[in-house]
Amino acid sequence: MSIEARLRVERSDFSLDVDLSLPEEGITAVFGPSGCGKTTLLRAMAGLERDARGHLWIGNECWQDERRFLPTHKRRLGYVFQEPSLFPHLTVARNLSYGLRRLGDDAPPVALDQAVELLGIGHLLERRPHQLSGGEQQRVAIARALASDPAILLLDEPLAAVDQDRKQEILPYLERLHRELSMPVIYVSHARDEVARLADHMVLLEEGRARATGDAKALFSRLDLPLAHGPDTETVIDATVAGHDAEFGLTWLDTAAGRFVAVRQDLPKGSPARLQVLARDVSITLGRPTDTSILNLFPATVDTMVDEGSAQTTVRLRVGTVPMLARITRKSAVELGLESGSNVYAQIKSVALLR
Amino acid sequence: MILTEADLTALWVTLKLATITTMILLLVGTPLAWWLARTRWRFRFVVEAIIALPLVLPPTVLGFYLLIALGPAGPVGGLMEALGGQSLAFTFAGLVIGSVLYSMPFVIQPLQNAFSAVGRRPMEVAATLRASPLDRFLTVALPLAAPGFLTAAVLGFAHTLGEFGVVLMIGGNIPGSTQVVSIAVYDHVEALDYTRAHWLSGGLLLMSFLMLVAVYALNRRFWVIKP
Repeated sequence: MSIEARLRVERSDFSLDVDLSLPEEGITAVFGPSGCGKTTLLRAMAGLERDARGHLWIGNECWQDERRFLPTHKRRLGYVFQEPSLFPHLTVARNLSYGLRRLGDDAPPVALDQAVELLGIGHLLERRPHQLSGGEQQRVAIARALASDPAILLLDEPLAAVDQDRKQEILPYLERLHRELSMPVIYVSHARDEVARLADHMVLLEEGRARATGDAKALFSRLDLPLAHGPDTETVIDATVAGHDAEFGLTWLDTAAGRFVAVRQDLPKGSPARLQVLARDVSITLGRPTDTSILNLFPATVDTMVDEGSAQTTVRLRVGTVPMLARITRKSAVELGLESGSNVYAQIKSVALLR
Repeated sequence: MILTEADLTALWVTLKLATITTMILLLVGTPLAWWLARTRWRFRFVVEAIIALPLVLPPTVLGFYLLIALGPAGPVGGLMEALGGQSLAFTFAGLVIGSVLYSMPFVIQPLQNAFSAVGRRPMEVAATLRASPLDRFLTVALPLAAPGFLTAAVLGFAHTLGEFGVVLMIGGNIPGSTQVVSIAVYDHVEALDYTRAHWLSGGLLLMSFLMLVAVYALNRRFWVIKP
């Protein structure tokens, strides 16, 4: 099953024209700079842009085609706006049950309890929206969208309007949602860190067109895309916690690239994790370095290279089956004689655990 | 008894007129104000200007045109007579029509401002939560615009209490039917009966003041009437 979205919106100063086939599971990030049409795309999927043309299928449900346009209130979706937009005249509990009460007999009463539990808002139910912090309001808004038992959850930059602390407060709930619910999530964002942390799939949107779509990790390491050429260019790798080194306070993480060592994380053995390796933290040696302080050391093969101006080069390595980006000086690349197919060692100075 | 029976009758006619007028205006004004608040029609301002006309027009001018329209020779009055009824000039029904038009901006504008203040977002949120258009109007737009309804109702009522020119032109001065307090006061002054004029005027002044105090107190975000 998949989500088929062929949508066009024409405005005097802007046009959106995409033809997407997205998996009906996991988190799909719609990523791009402000004004690229991310929100318009999401609103068109929700039926909030009446002038959107094309077709939209969610699995075997047709929401829009040449003849039909299902109005928003008949689409089984949950939508979270950038601002929490709770109904100010209703308590948190009434906000949460607003959608549920409109489902009629199809209403699964569990959805509400589960949403309250997932977002950790049980203690807020009798409050009014203005009595909540920004982060709490947004958690209620997410729970409200979930409680109406949607077939798909659409999130429009739900963290853009909250500050960094609130963001760190909400992100774990989004990860939990991702782990525990099977419904597909479309997550619009212009924040690279959120996407790296949450996304399974990604649509890279540029000026109303889809520049690339696919596995999020794969897109991060593609040299033909702008993602690989920023100052924060990174590689994202899925991992499993393999165990802990109690003596030195370290955690072992198994990946397709091999075993990584990170500063101890309080995670049980076997739990899934996601690693982030910044390209500027990866250095390259021709021979296997000895007597080095660096613990994460992997044999690798040079795949492709792209110069970044005159001083730097981004090198795409293959470590096992995993692509990994390294940002080195162009001088080093020349002096080491790097070229496609060179066998080298990748030294990784630091690894961050995204989740 | 300080107020004579005639004065009490005039007071009763006045309150009845204000109540009926306010109810009609809320009924007609709600959809109209909703439409004005939401439409992107480029000539919306023309409708707004028409509704605002009674704010600037001398009441006698409005009353004069209404008298012509509602009288036996006018389009409305003529139609009524052709249908076997009577012309609406100098009747209570005619008074209601005049009052509705005269107090229209005082009801429509607070409602329109209240609906505009609600904005599109809450309605979109309600739509994503499965609420049909009517459902979201009733459960989201109306409650959020409630302060505007209070303002509209009180202003419409109070303004109808205070009308004079329109009533004089189309209602005449028929005790028990079209004689309202403001005209009764005028009669008393004409007759140099200042005592009765005082009681009646003072009563109306106090009532109007109390209503406005109530609305300002209950509704801190008072919507100022815009011309």
